[in-house]
Amino acid sequence: MRNCYIHSAVSISLQHTFDSEDFLADIIIHNSKKAKAIYPNYKDFISTIAARRMESGVKMGVIAATKALNLAELNQPDAIITGTGMGCIADTEKFLNSIIDNNEAYLTPTSFIQSTHNTLSANIALILNCHGYNNTYAHASLSFESALIDAKLLLEQEEANHILVGGTDELGNEFVDYVQMIEASNDHGINVPFGEGASFTVLSSEKKPNTIQLLDITTENKISNDKLKHKIKSFLDDNKLNFHDIDAIILGNNGDTFDYYYEQLTSSLFVHASQIHYKHLIGEFYTASAFGFWLGIKILQKQHIPKAVLKNVKSTKPIKIILIYNQFKGENHSFILLKKC
Amino acid sequence: MTSPRVAITGMGIISAIGNTVEENKVSLFACKSGVKTIKNISTIHAGQIKVGEVKCTNETLISQLQLSSDNNFTRTALLGLIAAKEAVKNARILDNSLYKTGLISSTTVGGMDKTEQHLKQFKTSPESQKYISSHHASDSTKKMADYLGITDFTTTISTACSSSTNAIMLGARLIKSGKLDRVIVGGTDVLSKFTINGFKTLMILSDEICKPFDEHRKGLNLGEGAAYLVLEAEHIAKKEKHSILAFVSGYGNANDAFHQTASSENGQGAYLAMQKALDVAQLIPEQIDYINAHGTATANNDLSESIAIKRIFGEKVPNFSSTKAFTGHTLAASGAIEAVYSVLALQEQTVFPNLNFKSKIKETELIPTTEIKKTKIKHVLSNSFGFGGNCSTIIFSKE
Repeated sequence: MRNCYIHSAVSISLQHTFDSEDFLADIIIHNSKKAKAIYPNYKDFISTIAARRMESGVKMGVIAATKALNLAELNQPDAIITGTGMGCIADTEKFLNSIIDNNEAYLTPTSFIQSTHNTLSANIALILNCHGYNNTYAHASLSFESALIDAKLLLEQEEANHILVGGTDELGNEFVDYVQMIEASNDHGINVPFGEGASFTVLSSEKKPNTIQLLDITTENKISNDKLKHKIKSFLDDNKLNFHDIDAIILGNNGDTFDYYYEQLTSSLFVHASQIHYKHLIGEFYTASAFGFWLGIKILQKQHIPKAVLKNVKSTKPIKIILIYNQFKGENHSFILLKKC
Repeated sequence: MTSPRVAITGMGIISAIGNTVEENKVSLFACKSGVKTIKNISTIHAGQIKVGEVKCTNETLISQLQLSSDNNFTRTALLGLIAAKEAVKNARILDNSLYKTGLISSTTVGGMDKTEQHLKQFKTSPESQKYISSHHASDSTKKMADYLGITDFTTTISTACSSSTNAIMLGARLIKSGKLDRVIVGGTDVLSKFTINGFKTLMILSDEICKPFDEHRKGLNLGEGAAYLVLEAEHIAKKEKHSILAFVSGYGNANDAFHQTASSENGQGAYLAMQKALDVAQLIPEQIDYINAHGTATANNDLSESIAIKRIFGEKVPNFSSTKAFTGHTLAASGAIEAVYSVLALQEQTVFPNLNFKSKIKETELIPTTEIKKTKIKHVLSNSFGFGGNCSTIIFSKE
């Protein structure tokens, strides 16, 4: 079975992660309930005509994908796989509202065409004229992880050699407010802003010097908190690792009541490891964990953990293996192992 | 290590022509279309379209599933669960926790049927608010996983009209790699004002029952439905003494990379998907006995698909038909619905007809099978193509 290496990683987020090499040093504090990503200048990446039809999610996705391919020095991937929790929600809202407002009359197709979940993967294929494998996952907070699992399987089974994988969600204009309204009615609801972003990576079967390896990934629909330790142990066992081999853990804390899932990791299983969180900086959304993945890659590459994401005391040990763990409302658990080769 | 073969051990379906596999089979043999005037949705386009509606109200489905009265099931989830439950029962699976079991579902509209009814009441009506969390695409998948007791791998694919074909493909790949022993794969989509108006703006809806592959085809009929297959590694199926209905022997996924909603003139994406599926199945085109075509009856799809079929099969095009005139185009569910029909074709050694065909398309001159035809069928190739150039093909084999 072939290994899976990471040739590039790019993220557009609520922080200066795209346009600055300054690794999360200057942090933007978001005090609002929802916040938009810092959009790159799309004209550097997309023609004005194409951009006019695109909502922010597709724009961010195309830009992040283009830069990820450039950094990996890859013109044409063998496969394009993306994940999105809410899909093209802005265009969906636009078309839905025009149906309601005009009682089904005077409609134009553009926002309908752009509203399907696969719009981003399709746009990337069109721009690159890429006829290869193309897929889109829309599985809430496991959307990006599903795309990663598919990509890893393609590489392992020698069905592809270089794969573009990404996760994207846009804030939209209306639905997000309803979701927040429900959250606000809950005493222990999500306590970080609702955000958006696009994170892309190029996975490859080819090993390069100093590269990062995606060791393994697994997801689970449901786990009770008392079975979490067992699940993590068997995941580490599968990879011939034990708890002490993990140098850093990246967790999806969002301030809601389900953060107790992370507590077991921070207070007993991985006390020795650097403990990292990120959703206070980039917000919560279904593909927020794709940022966690980007963050893990950057930390391994730079051997530096930015102060803004570190929860416990700084360690001077080299960082070789990172475990990324995310869950949403106690469901859709994902575990990812990254290793510096 | 050689990878296991992917056995199909169960099927479930609900569509415009029946609420079970048996009912669908009866309608197929009776050449009875389920496409009619729209009943369940009030739309200004009612007089200008025909649709394939499932003949059950939500209330009937809710009581059939014995759900509590305060449930927030969308119709998408209801249809999905009915079909998935039948598939699991058909495979005679009693406990989904004994093997590494997954669920891969697919949908395009997700919970849109409820969203479009309640959107403007979300802010004020507590009764509407329960449908805020059921909008996103994975809501129906999660409800099915919970009901069927699947805690392991679950995911949702959304690649427009090729969605459930990609779900079958991923399921087959996960079994071949040994990552799963058993996986329930398929898709569910319901009629909504959103899709009716969307396709209406694209001017590809027919005002009569569609005529796939006919020179004078006028467009497609939208439909709704759900279908699921139980896939198992062959050795697990045998160990459990499950009947093997057929095998998934080949699959291919390619992108047309031509246009967001239109298919290319040479059918490149379709051609590549079919070629890849033949390669995976290690078959030559001559070994395919029946093609269940995508055949939506739009001017663009049927021509492009015909060209792609001719590029693969040359002058020796096997029996082929589109079953869209029976069910309407059920979007994400269509690949899984047609997978059930493909397996039925293998079991019954029967090509199901392409209804309403009269005159061949001038450019390609292909003639589909227009009547029930008993013939020897070992391998069936089934196509599904979608917006965004997503083209996928599955090959089902008897042995």
